[in-house]
Amino acid sequence: MNLAAGVYGSVAAIGYGLAAIGPAIGIGLIFAAYINSTARQPESAGLTRTYLFLGFVLVEALALFGIAFGFVWQGTK
Amino acid sequence: MNGQGSVLAKGVPWPPSVDEFYLPGWFYPWITKFTVMVWIALAVVLVFFLVAYRNPKLVPARTQWLAEEIYSFGRNGISGDVMGHQDGVRFAPYITSLLAFIAVMNVMGIVPLFQVSPSAHIGFPTALAIISWLVYIGAGIRRHGFVGYMKLTTIPPGAPKWLYPLLIPLEFLSNILIRPFALAVRLFANLFAGHFILLVFTLGGFVLLGSSTVFLKPISVLSWVMAIVLTFLELLVALLQAYVFAILNAVYLQSSLAQEH
Repeated sequence: MNLAAGVYGSVAAIGYGLAAIGPAIGIGLIFAAYINSTARQPESAGLTRTYLFLGFVLVEALALFGIAFGFVWQGTK
Repeated sequence: MNGQGSVLAKGVPWPPSVDEFYLPGWFYPWITKFTVMVWIALAVVLVFFLVAYRNPKLVPARTQWLAEEIYSFGRNGISGDVMGHQDGVRFAPYITSLLAFIAVMNVMGIVPLFQVSPSAHIGFPTALAIISWLVYIGAGIRRHGFVGYMKLTTIPPGAPKWLYPLLIPLEFLSNILIRPFALAVRLFANLFAGHFILLVFTLGGFVLLGSSTVFLKPISVLSWVMAIVLTFLELLVALLQAYVFAILNAVYLQSSLAQEH
């Protein structure tokens, strides 16, 4: 059989791209909410900043697990 | 990785292997480059704060001002803000030490001659996460006793009783087991990914320069410009991750020290 196209090397990058969609949307929502609340109530910027970073890092952790597990399970075929 | 990188730019040791971590000489397997970098980071933090406070003045000069700003940021901006005044001041030295030490370690990732941060090696964030884990659990147990602390962390206030069989294992998993794991992986993966991105754009420039198509050669400049731009992004990420590690420690401590509901 003559294949017209093939994939060589690691397709993990594609998988990581897919895995990053969810956290990307989540981080977008978090910063959108922060900008919204700051625009409505500028004095609250300092008050909500802690929660901004807290939510940001908790969502970001999911995307980072994607990177880490990509390497952890690299050897399993 | 499937031999795909073996024809990369000439003169670049590629692919990198674990051997790159080791220093030559008699300390061969015991002291790696990362160990030395952690010592340097520790020395920088120690010497900076000692020198800044060797001869404190009522009206601070530049070095003392910087040290005071850093401490006041850790004490008021992170610790006191999250934990309240009393507990905040008690744990401020710990939080500020974490902040300063991790910031110095992370910034090493973009300092020439170091080029990689010790945080990009999973061993060092793991050690920091284990310390944080011991500290916040220890603080909780000291404040509430073992049973009281377990009750506080595993039973969310106001939950109906019939949900307990579901909630207690989940809360235990998320508060006791996932937290240190996430702390370590967050710091590690951020710095590791940053190192990776810089490597991709720098080596990508070499590959484009060495390509056989003439039109691709000028694009290598673009790749290197991207590498420079991303170095600034890495500086931001390095400082942000130090801040985030400190603030998460403060939040975990706060949840351990909170009053019974």
